Parts: sequence; structure tokens; C-alpha cells
Amino acid sequence: MTLVQAKLSPNAVRELQSICQSFGNDKGELINILHKSQDFCGYLPPDVQEVIAEELDIPVSTVYGVVTFYSLFVMEPRGKHHISICTGTACFVKGAMDVMDEFKLLLGIDMGETTPDGNFSIDSLRCIGACGLAPVVMVGEKIYGRVTPDDVINILDDYKDK
Amino acid sequence: MESVKLIIDDKSVEVPKGTTLLDAAKELGITVPALCHMDLSGIGFHSSNASCRLCVVEVEGRRNLAPGCTTLATHGMVVKTRTPRVLNARRINLELLLSDHPKDCLSCSKAGCCELQNLAETFGIREISYQGEMSSHAKDTSSPSIVRDPDKCVMCRRCENICREVQGVGVLTAVNRGFESVVVTAFDRDLDTTTCTYCGQCVAVCPTGALTEKDETNEVIRALADPFKTVVVQVAPAVRTALGESFGMKPGTLVTGKLAAALRRLEFDYVFDTDFAADLTIMEEASELLDRLTRHLGGDTDVKLPIVTSCCPAWVNHLEKRFPDLLEYPSTARSPMQMFGSIAKNYLAEKISVHRKDMVVVSVMPCVAKKAECARVEFSDDGNPDVDITLTTRELASLIKRFNIDFESLEDEDFDAPLGESTGAAVIFGTTGGVIEAAARTAYEFHTGETLEQVDFEALRGFDGIRSATVDFAGIDIKIGIAHGLANARVLMEEIRKGTCEFHAIEVMACPGGCIGGGGQPFHHGKEEIIRARQEAIYSEDASKVIRKSHENPHIKKLYEEYLGKPLGEKPHRLLHTHYFNRSGKKTK
Repeated sequence: MTLVQAKLSPNAVRELQSICQSFGNDKGELINILHKSQDFCGYLPPDVQEVIAEELDIPVSTVYGVVTFYSLFVMEPRGKHHISICTGTACFVKGAMDVMDEFKLLLGIDMGETTPDGNFSIDSLRCIGACGLAPVVMVGEKIYGRVTPDDVINILDDYKDK
Repeated sequence: MESVKLIIDDKSVEVPKGTTLLDAAKELGITVPALCHMDLSGIGFHSSNASCRLCVVEVEGRRNLAPGCTTLATHGMVVKTRTPRVLNARRINLELLLSDHPKDCLSCSKAGCCELQNLAETFGIREISYQGEMSSHAKDTSSPSIVRDPDKCVMCRRCENICREVQGVGVLTAVNRGFESVVVTAFDRDLDTTTCTYCGQCVAVCPTGALTEKDETNEVIRALADPFKTVVVQVAPAVRTALGESFGMKPGTLVTGKLAAALRRLEFDYVFDTDFAADLTIMEEASELLDRLTRHLGGDTDVKLPIVTSCCPAWVNHLEKRFPDLLEYPSTARSPMQMFGSIAKNYLAEKISVHRKDMVVVSVMPCVAKKAECARVEFSDDGNPDVDITLTTRELASLIKRFNIDFESLEDEDFDAPLGESTGAAVIFGTTGGVIEAAARTAYEFHTGETLEQVDFEALRGFDGIRSATVDFAGIDIKIGIAHGLANARVLMEEIRKGTCEFHAIEVMACPGGCIGGGGQPFHHGKEEIIRARQEAIYSEDASKVIRKSHENPHIKKLYEEYLGKPLGEKPHRLLHTHYFNRSGKKTK
């Protein structure tokens, strides 16, 4: 994993501190605090985790352990267009992995990563209940159904110029 | 105390309410195997995650097997610890653990004392039925003291728990989930960029080779083989209480005489004792304590009290990283090991007409933080360190074995003079409470001018994490605080920060029990009685000595007369004292 070195602005540090304070700096509220902090920053790089650790008086390793445990929390900024490939049972059986491989190949990144230009990021998703349309791919909020590896390049083209 | 009666393997036993099945079985002499479990609650550490699932037992009426380390005994429970179902489950769980473990036992530093290896042998594992992907993590050799090899981690969490709960530092944590889960540092950063104090307790409790110390035995062998180097060795007090364990001797056996003999067989040119330098440390530190006390009580507000001991390098690291605003409180006296190095490379080198660059000072310590301490720039002269190499007790044992020395059969020998003679006050440095007791013995006589009749300060002894006692210095009440384990030390430091600290002097040891429980000692594998036995050995060596006060050591007196002048004088200040640095990464107010 390559760490994103992001320097927080003094204002951002103050905002994060006030998020912690809004929960009474209670270390038991770490998950809620991380959730709000990610909403604010978009992601949770080391600097953000260190501010939270300092404010709650817990080791930064504890924060890091929680962040890596839950798939909701990300340490790299998501792309402008976030691609989620459903790997639930129906989609898996209908070839979701081949679709995934095609996305990885065309974008040159792995699952959980973001393209260097910041346009796309890919991750897997668990069943969204659209199994009749398997395999399913979401780009942002838009759902694509019955996706084949050949469709991938067309899907990406939809977003190339946006 | 309420008790419960239960049946284990058809035998009846009565235990206090709240006892685990593992402990209840032990009462009947039944040892249920366990891996992640470690119980040192008598000295402040308990770790039971029930993650290894090797201690599972059958409980009548319960569908699934129960983990013995966390399941509490209840009245009327019927437990079976070795049915075919249990044995099969344990074997499968162990095979699964082994299926993602490196198979390099032959070259692993933990071979022979690895708990996973021992369990594989006990369980009679002959093949591992589960083959698959193997974890692959980078080894971290950034630290001068500790080597991290996460591929060997079994997720027992002992290291995480001892670092976070007992030390209050929290460098290590479990990250990710499923197959990806492993115990590493925050952001998987190198150890030397973290708040790690190098106390080595993680190394002391790790059941496998995931956390070990940096091995410097080959460097010592090279120095010993170099005909143009005069190699001097010094040995810490705690080493003599534990080295015998590496040769199968009973824990708590004092092996001082054999230790000196073994070091001579290894062909060190001079075999000295760190205890000599401990007496030296007391001369300086007791004088400093009295000086600060007198000036502070006399109204000098620049002088800070309490004086805090500074001989523990992990503690100094913690002070510099966590309490940079309190750097005026620790004593400026160097640790005994470093004082020894300084005297060896200045006084001794001159005496035997050897240039300091041609002298190699090796120290044998119960500690892994000392490896980092001797590398500190301020403890060197023009690039030449006062102490060149530090070995742990374990590394010395390895060297002795490598040199074909039959340790147990050695006849007792003495250390060399003049840096080998020490008092009872020096040897108690190895236990929690010992440093301040040694200082009290000398400070009392320095201050009152009277002879101290009762040399034993029982009130300062014991295993409680935070202790306090008041010592009567001919009318003045001196309040002393003692902490072992850095989380306990933090409590006292926070009091200093708040201005509510009433102590005049505080002793801090990073390791539970003090140096006897150090990160470099032979592995205790969770047996608390080993650490207690080592402490008994320390106090018994003290009691057996004729001279038990540091300032009465004739060689120390001679050193001052001949070379150093007076305690806290110009030469002692230059050679035996130090200063501290803000290593917190933050500015202090």
C-alpha cells in the first residue's frame, strides 16, 4: 500500500478537532468520529488519523487498526468516478471476476486503488439486490447491468471527458 | 469468596468464582495447551484473546468447543480436555496456523524456544494438510534493538496488549481482516520512526520469531578474534540471576561466579562488572539528589523536584518522546553501563596504555534498549562510542554454547580488578525499587553523617506497579515514588505536569519487575514465578555482601581520589553526566 502524504491545513486540523470534541473526545466514539472525518476529508490519510489519535489520547496504531478493519474507511482518495464491481453470488457466477480483470487491465490499477490522474477508482461491492441484472457494475450512483468484459471500454468512455 | 465445584476429566475440583477452565484444570495438574494466552497478572500483565483456539475443551451441554482461557468455570460444569473431538480440533487449528507460517525453523533465532514449534512437537504434527497462499510482509530491521518479521505473527496479540496496556505506548496493532490480518505498526512504518521506546517487552512475550532482538554475537566474535583490539566486557546485575536458565538451571540460581568464568573462557581481555559502575552511579545520583533537595528546600525555584532516575534507556526514550516538557526532572547521571564505558575508555585505557580506538567495550545486558543507548551520539568521543556493542543475556548464552563451554561445570571465578568490585547496593539495580534503595542508603549517610544501621528498605520492595514510601533522613521526611511499566510511570509524570506530585524522588523502570524482567532475558514464557525467583536472587546476593553501601566500595573511593575528584565535579560532569533531547516531534511551550 502506498501511503498518501497529505498535509492538513490548520483550518482542517481545527475542523477535525471540533469533530472529536463534538463527541466529547470519547475514545469509544472512534468509529463515528472516523465516519464524520471521512465525510469531511474524503479519505483518512495518516495525518488525519494522527490528529484524531492525539485528540482522543489513544495510540495512532489503534486508529489505524480500526480504519483498516472496516471497508467503509479508505486511506486513499477515491477517484472522481468510483467504480464498484459487485462480487456477490449471482454476479460472481455470471462472470464478475472477468469484468473486474478487464477494468484492472484497462485502468492499470488494482482493487482499492485510484488512477494517477484521479479520475477512476475501483473496488468490489457486495450484493445490491439487482441479481436479475448480473453481473452488475456501479459507477457513482449509476448502475450498469449484464456487463461483459467487452462492455468495459464503452463504460469508461462514458466518463472520459467528464 | 464464592467458589464453584466442577468436574474436569472425571476429577472434581473446587475453584474461586471467576476462575477460567484453563486455570481450574491447572489445579488438577492438567495442562491444557495454549498459545495466545499469557498470564502475568501478579506483575500487571494479562493477555487472553481466545484467538488461537488451541486451548479448546468440551463442555457438556455446550454444542461448540469452548476456549479454556476465557471460559469461566460454573458450578456443576462437566469438562473434558482430551476427547478425540478435542484432540482433532486442536490439531486442525494448529495445522491451520502452521499452514501460513514460514518453515525456516533451522535458521530462525527462536528455534528451541519457540512456543509454536513446541506445540507442533507436542501435538505430533507430521504433515500440514492445508497448503495455500502464504503471507508476505517486509521484515523491519530499522531499529537498533528489535527486528520485526510479521510473516511469523500468529495474531496472539500479546505484543499489542503489553505495549498498549502495560507500557501505555501502543506501537503495534492488528490491522486488516481475514487472510490479510497481521500485527504491525501504524501505517506499517519502520519501528525507528514510531514512539517505540525499545523496551523489548514485545520481544519478551512474543511466542514465535515475529519479534526478536538484533543479533550482534558475530560482531563480538570478530572483535575477540582481532589481535589488535583489547576487548573489555561488563555484565549487568540482572544477568547473573537468569543466565543459568539458558543452561537448564533452576530459575533464580545466582551464577555470578560461573558467569565470570565463562567470560574468561570466551577470551575477553578484561572481565568486569557493570555493578562497579552502578556504585559509581549512586555516588553521582545520590549527590545530585541531595544537592537538588537542599537547593529546592532552600527556596531555589529553578531546581526541579522530584528527581527521576534515568538509568533505564527505554524510560529515557519515553521521556524524550512523550514528556519533552519534563526534561529538567530526570537525573543527569548516565546509566551504569554508560558510566562504565566512559571510565573504561578514558581512565582504564590510559592506565593500560591502550588508545580508546583500540579498545572494544562489550556490555551484556538484560535489555534490548541498551543496544540503542550505546549508539547515542552523546555517548561517544569523536565517533568512537564509549560502549561499542551491547549483547542481551540470550545472546551471551548463545555465544557460550557456540564456544563449546560447558557452563554448568564451570568453577566460580571473580571479576577482574579494578572495575569488578561492587557492593550489595549495586546488585539491587536489577530489580524494581533497587536503584532508589541503593541511592537512599548512600544519600542517608551523605546527608546525616551518621551510619545507616538498617540497610534494608523493605517499604521500597515488591511488585506493585506504583509504590510509595517515606524515608526518614534524620528528621526530614523524604517521599519516594516507584513505578515499573511505562503506563504506571505516566501516572506519576502526569502528576508532575499538574503540579500535584508530592514525591522528592521517583524511580522508573520500563520493564515489569525491573531489569530482571527485561526484554533481553531468557524467555519466561508466561511463568511469573521465574521473575519472582530472579528478584529473590538479587536481594539474596545483596544480603550476602559484606559491603552494602555504594560509597564504601574501596575501588570507587580510589577512583575518585585518583581520577574523578569529587561527585558532581568537573570531570564527573564531563564523563558521567548527560543531557536530554526533545524527540517528540513537537515544540514544548
